Amino acid sequence: MDSGHLITIQHLKKHFAMGAGKFTALNGIDLTFDKGEFTGIIGPSGSGKTTLLNIIGSLDVPSEGKAIVMGKSVGDLGAREAAMLRKTKLGFIFQSYNLLQVHTVYENVEFPLLLLGIDAATRKQMVKDALEWVGLTDKTSSRPAQLSGGECQRVAIARAMVKKPEIVLADEPTANLDAANSHHILQTMEKLNHEFRTTFIFATHDEKVIGYIRRKIFLEDGKVAKDELITKS
Amino acid sequence: MIRFLFKGLIRDKHRSLLPLIVVALGVMLTVVFHSWLTGVISDSIEYNARFTTGHVKVMTMAYADNLDQMPNDLALLNADSLTVALKKQFPGMEWVERIHFAGLVDVPDRSGETRAQGNTIGFGIDLFTPGSAEIDRMNIRKSVVEGRLPKQNGEILISNELASDMKLKPGDTISLISSTMYGEMAIYNFTVAGTVVFGTSFLDRGTIIADIADVRQALNMEGASGEILGLSQKGYFDKNEATEIAAAFNRNYNKPADEFSPVMKTLMEQNNLGALVDYSSVILTVLVAVFLLAMSIVLWNAGLLGGLRRYGEFGMRLAIGEEKGHVYKTMIYESLLIGTFGSLAGVALGMVFAWYFQHYGLNLKGMMQNATIIMPTVFKARITPVTWFIGFIPGILSTLIGTMLSGIGIYKRQTAQLFKELEA
Repeated sequence: MDSGHLITIQHLKKHFAMGAGKFTALNGIDLTFDKGEFTGIIGPSGSGKTTLLNIIGSLDVPSEGKAIVMGKSVGDLGAREAAMLRKTKLGFIFQSYNLLQVHTVYENVEFPLLLLGIDAATRKQMVKDALEWVGLTDKTSSRPAQLSGGECQRVAIARAMVKKPEIVLADEPTANLDAANSHHILQTMEKLNHEFRTTFIFATHDEKVIGYIRRKIFLEDGKVAKDELITKS
Repeated sequence: MIRFLFKGLIRDKHRSLLPLIVVALGVMLTVVFHSWLTGVISDSIEYNARFTTGHVKVMTMAYADNLDQMPNDLALLNADSLTVALKKQFPGMEWVERIHFAGLVDVPDRSGETRAQGNTIGFGIDLFTPGSAEIDRMNIRKSVVEGRLPKQNGEILISNELASDMKLKPGDTISLISSTMYGEMAIYNFTVAGTVVFGTSFLDRGTIIADIADVRQALNMEGASGEILGLSQKGYFDKNEATEIAAAFNRNYNKPADEFSPVMKTLMEQNNLGALVDYSSVILTVLVAVFLLAMSIVLWNAGLLGGLRRYGEFGMRLAIGEEKGHVYKTMIYESLLIGTFGSLAGVALGMVFAWYFQHYGLNLKGMMQNATIIMPTVFKARITPVTWFIGFIPGILSTLIGTMLSGIGIYKRQTAQLFKELEA
């Protein structure tokens, strides 16, 4: 099953029941992603970006075809194996941050490490490092409600990156941010991509994001319309 | 991880404080309701037992057949020796002789002419024998509102309402007009020592209480008693105990062919109290069950809503890699914690109210002016062993079931669907 690629998508289709019929969100996708990519899946609403990201993230399963993530076919994974894949190899960044509101910045970032069963001393160092990467060491005791949108998204990045995953999936990460914060966020992720060779895959239609990515995959009506590598000078 | 979840629980008032308050209130209401209902029903039965029926009562068969008429011409002869035998044979009961009689109270003016008259129902009880528990058994000491307890023969207590109607006060003399055991007219003078309020409309309308020796003299009943009451030393009516004692007594003493032979009847065989006891038991069970169900639904829903509200959080936790089973388990542990602490708080609060109602009760005298059965007008709660744990049924079980049901959604939904709820 190991194709040499980090992620291999083969003839992927995803249908959703809609009334008596069905809606096809993905209609025969073939793609590969390699380590260290900084890729954007671009398309209008309803083009299937989030569905593709969900399947890669083992949050959903294909209706047809295969999605092989780090050698594991997502459709064949049991709930426990899928959870293990997400816990150890994947990081998620969401449009609306999805931080635990009653927990501090430190605790939000620490949460994935608790699931991994890492000891307290190591955990403390890893959280400290992650908060340094995103420049939030002075906000460890703050609660999400006390932070700006940009800061919340930086916490979300730290939470996704703290365990140093192979892949980070970011669904519209700048949709709720102003331009300055968007650039700050994107620069942070770009830096982490360079530093750790973490693969970043964005679902976006934000021009600011598109300006940073090195590969653009355009989706239209559930199909890949264009797959374009950007060579930056 | 436990510490992390505990912090979340403590900080999120929607997850901790509010459910805790809802559970505590639900449990408190359950405890108060159960204790109060138990108290009301038990008090009604116990009042009847102490005043008229005993837990068991020995009479002649003929007397038993005409019980409503208080037929002292059919009273037990040589009652003292029978009482001694009963005490010896059934030491688990307290045995007391009583004469229950009806008559007319005549109040003379200064010239000896009748100033006022009224119907009365009287109790001849043992007021003066040292160690007699009758005064406390009928709660007479606390019922005296004017004057004092009788200190010597010839003194009586009279219900405050009757005294008021007839403008009687302590120290006044009255004449009891009734009939003797042999059917002759009896007139006997008593001095009013005090007036009493029993808190029971039926008794408060017109009752006199005299020492049994005086009543024997007045009604020419030397050595006789209308009734011998047996009251369990347990302090409450035990149906099995009473039935066994009555059966044992009747085997030895009752001769069906002799209408003057003694017969023992349990509380349930008198004054239709059997139906009351049975109905009370059923009604108590049904009411408590209905109330428990209602409280369970409330707490179940609280658990359900608490779980549904957090679907978004669960979606995020699952995305980060937490297993569904682990999320579900943490929900259950949280609800157990909330249920347990809420139930403890609810039981504590409920017990405070139950204790208050047990001591002071709820006075419903105004609603019971025309009551014809002996019932307390002050309804008091009773704390029983069941009171201590009944609140835990809705408190823990229903909260847990609500949470478990809401948690099923975690398994039924695709993780991505939970996620959409998170984004919503």
